[in-house]
Amino acid sequence: MTKFTSVEALHSHREALLATKKDENKKTVSVCAGTGCKAVGADLVVEAFKAEFAKNGLENAVHLKATGCLGLCEKGTLVMMPADQTVYHSITPKKVPTIVEQALVQDGRADDFLFTDPETGAKQPTMNDIPFYASQKRLLLDKNTLIDPICLDDYISVGGYKGLAKAIEIGPDKVIDEMKKATLRGRGGGGFPAGRKWETCRNAPSDKRYVICNADEGDPGAFMDASLLEGQPHSVIEGMIIGAYTIGSDEGYVYVRHEYPLAVERLTKALEQVRASGLLGENILGTGFNFDIKINKGGGAFVCGESTALMASIEGRVGEPRAKHIHTVVAGLNDKPTNLNNVETWATVPLIVERGADWFTQMGTKGSPGTKIFSLVGKVNNTGLVEAEMGATLRQIIFDMGGGIRGGRPFKAVQTGGPSGGCLPADKLDVPVDFDTLWNEGSMMGSGGMVAMDDQTCMVDVARYFLDFLKFESCGKCTTCREGIRRLHQLVSDVAEGRATEETLDLIETLAETVEKGSLCALGTSAVNPVLSTLKYFREEYLAHVRDKKCPAGVCKELITYHINENCTGCLICKRRCPEQCIAGENKKIHVIDTSKCTKCGICKDVCKFDAVEIY
Amino acid sequence: MTVKFTINGVPVEAEQGESVIEVARRYGFEIPSLCHHHAVTPYGACRVCLVEITKGGRKKMTTCCNYEVQEGIEVITDNEDIHRNRATVLELLLAEAPKADAIVKLAAEYGVTHSRYALPEGSEPTEERDGCILCGLCVRVCEEVVEVSALSFNARGDKRNVGGPYMDTPQNCIACGACAWACPTNCIGFEEKDGMRILKKWNRELPLEYTEAGQPLAPRFQLRHFIEKANLPKDFYKKGGPR
Amino acid sequence: MDLTFVDAILTKHNRDTRSLLAIMQDIQEEVRYLPKEAVQHLSKELSIPLSRIYAMATFYNSFHLEPRGKYTCTVCMGTACHVAGAPRLVEQLERDLKIDSGKTTPDLMFSIEEVNCVGACALAPLLIVNGEYNSNMTSDAVSRKIKKLKKEEGGA
Repeated sequence: MTKFTSVEALHSHREALLATKKDENKKTVSVCAGTGCKAVGADLVVEAFKAEFAKNGLENAVHLKATGCLGLCEKGTLVMMPADQTVYHSITPKKVPTIVEQALVQDGRADDFLFTDPETGAKQPTMNDIPFYASQKRLLLDKNTLIDPICLDDYISVGGYKGLAKAIEIGPDKVIDEMKKATLRGRGGGGFPAGRKWETCRNAPSDKRYVICNADEGDPGAFMDASLLEGQPHSVIEGMIIGAYTIGSDEGYVYVRHEYPLAVERLTKALEQVRASGLLGENILGTGFNFDIKINKGGGAFVCGESTALMASIEGRVGEPRAKHIHTVVAGLNDKPTNLNNVETWATVPLIVERGADWFTQMGTKGSPGTKIFSLVGKVNNTGLVEAEMGATLRQIIFDMGGGIRGGRPFKAVQTGGPSGGCLPADKLDVPVDFDTLWNEGSMMGSGGMVAMDDQTCMVDVARYFLDFLKFESCGKCTTCREGIRRLHQLVSDVAEGRATEETLDLIETLAETVEKGSLCALGTSAVNPVLSTLKYFREEYLAHVRDKKCPAGVCKELITYHINENCTGCLICKRRCPEQCIAGENKKIHVIDTSKCTKCGICKDVCKFDAVEIY
Repeated sequence: MTVKFTINGVPVEAEQGESVIEVARRYGFEIPSLCHHHAVTPYGACRVCLVEITKGGRKKMTTCCNYEVQEGIEVITDNEDIHRNRATVLELLLAEAPKADAIVKLAAEYGVTHSRYALPEGSEPTEERDGCILCGLCVRVCEEVVEVSALSFNARGDKRNVGGPYMDTPQNCIACGACAWACPTNCIGFEEKDGMRILKKWNRELPLEYTEAGQPLAPRFQLRHFIEKANLPKDFYKKGGPR
Repeated sequence: MDLTFVDAILTKHNRDTRSLLAIMQDIQEEVRYLPKEAVQHLSKELSIPLSRIYAMATFYNSFHLEPRGKYTCTVCMGTACHVAGAPRLVEQLERDLKIDSGKTTPDLMFSIEEVNCVGACALAPLLIVNGEYNSNMTSDAVSRKIKKLKKEEGGA
């Protein structure tokens, strides 16, 4: 590997690369190798391409790339042709020969595997034709489609490490100015402007400073950071190097969830590459600046996403948050000034430094410039990762990018911000998504998790789910958080299980106030958002549980019963599969569930091919 | 260095590094708390010492045992908001330790005489907790004062508990009883019976040593630990101990 | 138990107490759980009170203090998996394996575990068996999977 001893050496290497790579994209096949596609067999697709290339003598003519997440996980494995951005979906090894034949040998398109408009049936061959992609603003995610995550040359050829070169050229003062002007707000959910954080950290008197990348992406239903680390680890690393150079730090940490093995693997490889090429380590690019990065794996504790808990964990202790009356930028890791940003924030830094604050602030809203990546999951058609300009409405994200609700069912709510966020109803769909607006509506942007819900989702159950999550994820130090969340969970369970009265709802609100005001860290203070927001926007649903002892969505087990309707053909399958043996019936006669024995396990509904099992 | 600020509008002075609760108490302002003791590092677990602090124009409710004094802050130690939230904290704690005098008494001061959060008796496994409010005084005293570290907080969230490793008798416990002395809810159970020192919650029983005059002293591990830590003559306690 | 592998791990981390979490992770990587002997050995070698290591081992959810089954059946409990019915998968595993979630069958064949979110939300609900992702699961599919594994292990 080339070792760059100066900024000029890096630039000339890039130019040389561009000259040789110029034609490469014309014959490149990108196979998505993100966690989602890998889980449905992306590796086998890669192998199939290799075999097929060999068969057709294309090994040297076509370039095969296993890239990071291409976004539309729902339709994996995704295959893309970077030359004209043709996308093929749901690719299995069996389909590969056709693609190779039609797209590469004959230089056309494999029409059968293109996206189609569900209404008109018209083909949507390229990213520009597919609404999922066309309605996004893919500032960061676009790189995922272009580069092999662990190929440094790939990253350099799309402009990688230009930001670092620029930072060195203009110096720390100007970098801080640009960062402040760009008002890049912390993408982890806090929304604090990174530039101001950097400045405070830089000015804090100390002989030692740290930078940390928070990759402990704990919100369930969120995988933005995983995808960035898997797809373009170098963006994150470059951001951190720029940060360290600007702040005056020689030691950095990436604290990453151990549940993300692929991210850890790729990040590790990427770090080895930059160390070998003089972009990390001693005397970076011949400037005399030293900086290195270490990876720390998390231990499976949501609370470690909180900055002080994360630092305690790096120090080899239990991840208990501490009071932040003195900020971590002044006294953080090992009591030294520490600048912590999350993965997406770090990944955005090189773009801002390279292209300038004016370019960045053209996008998004005044208070929240730029773009934001969301993981769009739940009951939408296009589950996956989307990147939207700040200020895009929930409707644009869920309906344009997400393709609306699955099975044509009605949209009921969207949960944003994970366990710290809230649920917003249909009449908030036109709310622009940015840090401040969502906060004012009783939810929050958080790190970018977005879960769409339909009429078969019970909001009481959703509140209970998050409380259940948090009561176990609380570190347990504060009474208000430990006991408060536990008791909130108990009260919401009372609602879900039909034991509650209207006074229960009042008590929930009373207790929520103290959990919010009395807890030390953000886990506790924001833990009440899911329950308070559902109580605010879906009070009728709570009241149905309380007054009528009914769960209108058909979810809360204690309040529902299973029945078999006249669709039943008497096929005996459910009868045979019922673990409680409480279904009676004969061949070709409508079966009957003995509701007194039924445990509502749902197997009968799962196995019924005739939609004959109903819940009410 | 002296730090100047106000408590309930009264100008006060403190040394840098002091906590607000210590200063407030010195000036005669009453702030309830259950997990604070001046001998150990402030922890902020019980959340009873909630106050309002205004700093740089921003008002915030916070615990004051772990709030270091800062120049110019304005502390309010009681008002309706504070009172209501402390009452809720105490109602939560009362559900955990309904028989602990300190909790019952303090809760009553805030108008809480029964906890709406407590489930009917027998419907939740309260035995493990047994009146413990997880304030952590035992853990901190054992680590910081006695310097034995026999105890720790284990697990997390609503499963959090306090005890020795592997939910077992801590083998390095010297049965000095400092934990029981520090415990605000008296849930540890300190006893001397039939020549044994017993710490019930930790299931620790050690035989007592006696002076040459036949007076019961303390367990041997404890004596040895104290002799080592304080650099005392080996027969210091045998001869009757401190006079 | 032969603890030389623990010593090797300690050396790798320069016996730095700040690396305690990583050291414990490496031990678990090796034997799939944290044996008590290894924890006691750590305490002695690093002069860290046993209580502190035990606190770490029980605070961080990824540690296992008991041996785990040959097949670890992990149900993802992320939000997307939850609304898609993940709790019913756990119940089905509990019924089929006759153990509670978080436990291991007496024959050390199966463990049931829950994980917060593995970021494969498009595949919800998800059952992971020893790292192999089974997507869009139902109670019925869980039962079939377990039956198949039991059959592969010869009977039962």
